[in-house]
Amino acid sequence: MNINLTLLVQMIAFGVFAAFCMKYIWPPIMKALEERAAKIAEGLAAAERGKQEQELGEQRAVAVMKEAKTQAADVVAQAQKRYNEILDEAKRDAQAEAERIRHAAHAEIEQEANRAREELRERMAQLAIAAAEKILQKEVDASAHKDIVAAFAKQI
Amino acid sequence: MSAETLTAQDYIQHHLTNLTLGLHPEHGLTFANNAGEAAAMGFWALHLDSVLWSLGLGYLAYRFMVGVAQKATAGVPNGAQNFVEWIVDFVNENVRGSFSAKNDLVAPLALTVFVWVFLMNLMDLIPVDLIPYAFAQFMGLFGADTHHVFMRIVPTTDPNITFGMSLTVFLLVLYYSVKVKGVGGFAAELTMQPFGKFGFPANLVLEGINLFSKPLSLSLRLFGNMYAGEMIFILIALMYGHNLLLDLSGGVLQLAWAIFHILIITLQAFIFMVLTIVYLDMAHAHH
Repeated sequence: MNINLTLLVQMIAFGVFAAFCMKYIWPPIMKALEERAAKIAEGLAAAERGKQEQELGEQRAVAVMKEAKTQAADVVAQAQKRYNEILDEAKRDAQAEAERIRHAAHAEIEQEANRAREELRERMAQLAIAAAEKILQKEVDASAHKDIVAAFAKQI
Repeated sequence: MSAETLTAQDYIQHHLTNLTLGLHPEHGLTFANNAGEAAAMGFWALHLDSVLWSLGLGYLAYRFMVGVAQKATAGVPNGAQNFVEWIVDFVNENVRGSFSAKNDLVAPLALTVFVWVFLMNLMDLIPVDLIPYAFAQFMGLFGADTHHVFMRIVPTTDPNITFGMSLTVFLLVLYYSVKVKGVGGFAAELTMQPFGKFGFPANLVLEGINLFSKPLSLSLRLFGNMYAGEMIFILIALMYGHNLLLDLSGGVLQLAWAIFHILIITLQAFIFMVLTIVYLDMAHAHH
């Protein structure tokens, strides 16, 4: 329990250890700690950014989906409209066609009737001529009296 | 343990004597054979056990931490680096909490104090007779008288060690006081308060006591705690070797005291570190 040289040795050793610690131990470890802290902070910030970006992306996706829905609805509406138009057009065409066919049929019937009438007229003319021949007992030249026959036929 | 051949007093005395190497007035350069011879060697003697255990433990810790520091990575740390970082972080927290000025020495100094004092205190948990007995037997092989081979393995129970550390801290306190405040500022701090300039003799006495009590209390607190702790281990060790009941109660007591002592050795290392930081902070503070 004497105070002796041990005291000085310990003082010097303490100083040396503290100096070496200050030079070789403290700085590298603090550097590693600080670098890691910076890295972690960076990582957290990146995670935060990613989260925000994800949220933005989700919002964008929702907007895009909404737009797509409206567009789809538009397309459907347009298609409906176009369908109606086509339907109307087809109806109109069909009516026109029907009208045309009716007209054609009408015209044909008219034509047929005219032809029948004409035939009838000619027959009547012949009959009249034959009757006149009979009546006159004399052959009447058909070509010489054609005008008369025609005028007669017209009166029928 | 050796109670048959030694009285209890001799046993305790043996455990409290350092392995002293010095120049004896009559025997020349030799190891002291007893406490009286050690005292006769005067100031220029060396407690070889204290010095070797202290430097050895310090060196071990230094090697370990330097090894970790050189391979320190900012990525995922391995076990050793994690451990060292945990200690460094703990010390750094304390320095930042107590030390307000800017000084790159304080934190490494505090780390050195904490780790070194803790390791020296830790030697107290090794059974008191184990290493001294083994060492005495070993020296006996070389013809030494085993009853006069001393070995104290807890350096912090040697006031030389604790005073050595507190005096270094004290020198740093003086150095930074003068460096930060100047000679005049430091002198003013010692003489101009608390009673104003006309009360300067009283101021000097009060501030002087205040100043010198720092290294004294710092080292005596550590020394006293460790010395008392070691003494209790020695007293418990005296219970062994008589009968079974004493042996068993001694074992229980030793275990209980060792567990309690884990708290004390950590606490003392922590207190030494914190007070070192606080004293250096006061040295940097302007009034």
